[in-house]
Amino acid sequence: MELSGSEIIIQFLKDEGVKHIFGYPGGAVLHIYDALQKQTDVEHILVRHEQGASHAADGYARATGKPGVCLVTSGPGATNAITGIATAYMDSIPLVVITGQVPSHVIGQDAFQEVDAVGVSRPCVKHNFLVKDLSKLAETLKKAFYVATTGRPGPVVVDIPKDITAPHIKIPYEYPAKVDIRSYNPNFKGHPRQIKRAVELMLSAKRPMVYTGGGIIMDNASQELRDFVRRLGFPITQTLMGLGAFPGTDPQFIGMLGMHGTYEANMAMHECDVLICIGARFDDRITGVTSKFCPYAQIIHVDIDPASISKTINADIPIVGGAKQVLSEMIKQIDSTDARVDQTALDNWWNTIKTWQQQDSFAYEKKDGLIQPQEAVEELYKVTGGDAYITSDVGQHQMYAAQFYHFDEPRRWINSGGLGTMGFGLPAAMGVKLAFPDKDVACVTGEGSIQMCMQELSTCLQYGLHVKIINLNNRYLGMVRQWQEFFYEKRYSHVYMDSLPDFVKLVEAYGHVGIRVDDPKDLHDAMAEAFKLKDRTVFLDIITDQEANVYPMISAGKAHNEMDISPLQQARQAALREKGELV
Amino acid sequence: MRHIISLLVENEAGALSRISGLFSARGYNIESLTVATTEDQTLSRMTIITTGSDRIIEQITKQLNKLIDVVKLQDFTEGNFIEREMMFVKVKAEGDTQRGEVKRLSDIFRARIIDVTDTTFCIELTGSGDKLDAYIRAMHENNIIEVVRSGSMGILRGEKALTL
Repeated sequence: MELSGSEIIIQFLKDEGVKHIFGYPGGAVLHIYDALQKQTDVEHILVRHEQGASHAADGYARATGKPGVCLVTSGPGATNAITGIATAYMDSIPLVVITGQVPSHVIGQDAFQEVDAVGVSRPCVKHNFLVKDLSKLAETLKKAFYVATTGRPGPVVVDIPKDITAPHIKIPYEYPAKVDIRSYNPNFKGHPRQIKRAVELMLSAKRPMVYTGGGIIMDNASQELRDFVRRLGFPITQTLMGLGAFPGTDPQFIGMLGMHGTYEANMAMHECDVLICIGARFDDRITGVTSKFCPYAQIIHVDIDPASISKTINADIPIVGGAKQVLSEMIKQIDSTDARVDQTALDNWWNTIKTWQQQDSFAYEKKDGLIQPQEAVEELYKVTGGDAYITSDVGQHQMYAAQFYHFDEPRRWINSGGLGTMGFGLPAAMGVKLAFPDKDVACVTGEGSIQMCMQELSTCLQYGLHVKIINLNNRYLGMVRQWQEFFYEKRYSHVYMDSLPDFVKLVEAYGHVGIRVDDPKDLHDAMAEAFKLKDRTVFLDIITDQEANVYPMISAGKAHNEMDISPLQQARQAALREKGELV
Repeated sequence: MRHIISLLVENEAGALSRISGLFSARGYNIESLTVATTEDQTLSRMTIITTGSDRIIEQITKQLNKLIDVVKLQDFTEGNFIEREMMFVKVKAEGDTQRGEVKRLSDIFRARIIDVTDTTFCIELTGSGDKLDAYIRAMHENNIIEVVRSGSMGILRGEKALTL
């Protein structure tokens, strides 16, 4: 089969099993778009800004586990996509981003719409390629997909000069089914002796703790994790990135940990004697101050990326390997060994944890006539039966969504954890909805974040992507305001959103349904109405309490047992102490 | 502590910037970095001299290994290896006394004079970094016109080798 470069790209995507790509045309990719237009196997979603393309592909990848694919033009097309690429990089999401480049013979001459896409993207990709030779095009694309999806996944950029895609230059094409990169051999199997040591240590624990992250979801190891944790009867906490891998409603799950985690999860981290970390990377939002992190624990750390092990927290038993394989092996060894967990010690440990749980650390006060952001998320949870795909932007609403939507399945909670990218939520929701058109998909956002990629409402209309936007509108950049309240004596610097658009009118102008709610009494009906409108994109503008804060909170330089708790919880804690129920 | 890390990397455009970019992005030190192709045209050999605590050095080697262009890597520091650096020094050499002094000093260091004018010598010297430092110290500061150092390169002693 003789094909041009453009045709090779499209045919390759077909052969690779890619059904959807997100993109935006421009001069350097005109040939590719011409080839795209002549076929129907690969559906192209025209976004309104390239940042939307990379976020949408990212959301698609997180929800499906398949690589997300983008196609953008050179120069501003490539730079606009960067924020989405960096977002995917920080959260280890497989993306393949094809950027057009100016023709080979003018590279380096400051040509129109020229930017060194390989150079610009280098710090935030797993790898990138500049295709210099048409005969290497198919092989390079295959390498890109291979690198993006294996080991610790990540985004890969393939920069393709326009002349490579010229329609009149044709070469033989054959799908490169296999690829070999001599310097890249990710290790999935953990070292058997290390696994044996880890199993011995965990079975000897008096106060064990399982702490898992996005690595479980990436490696599709949820079932193995469930089997593992249930066999042992240990408490488990999950990071923001790991929610849903282990069911959020399971009694063994004691909540998210970290800066805004539950009281019991953070206290248990502090007090545990053996910490089993799988597919998480001891991020600073998780550890608090590292010098006081898990002071009594021996630490087992399982990660596919050797560089994540002992990076910030020293591992006593490091295991380099994929979560799925290592967990399977651990389960096998637990089943075959005669050693047993010290059940009395474990019962005592659970009793301690239960006293911490009495704190009910997410509790908040409801007020007449004023919607609390937490109750909006609780209502969302009820109305969707806990079964929706939830994307979020970044800020207080993101934490409320993580705290109050109890994810029972992996890949349902889609947010920018590492980079913290405002503007992620809506395009990510589009990607999810495209993959799962029959499922409820909601984007929990705020009036600050939503305006960062608002233009994608237009894409939602064009492709019938009927997502629900849950806008927790407090007229403040809430998380920044919270920090200014706590650490800057309430000097609110540039966090008040004046001159907000009338969101209802705005979304109507985009051809969607807008509903405003400002009374808790109307919240349920409005939420129910939004999800009843199956074939419409609905924007729920929920006017919430302006000064609600996210609790608990671990401030900078503090340890897990030095959380700030809300005034409501402080009163409760005092009462529990008086009764002698809190140690 | 000072470490000498030797790498085999793909001989491709961009490989060097990935490696130097890694050091600057993560705030690691580079004392020197040398690179050139090997007998295998697809591979470049690189020697990096860096400093840091054990934890930082461990991270440096892990992060380098993670780069797709890095084919093989070894930290020579703990092992038995040879390290050499090359230096050119251009010095003022005017009048018999000064010319004689420079010549004698160079002989002591087993340096070679590789270019001569009426007023200057250009000297080539190979050795450990310390030896080159010592030569510069010994040379009268005012005499030095220009110093060019290659940065260190290293190779394992004995039969061990960093090859594919």
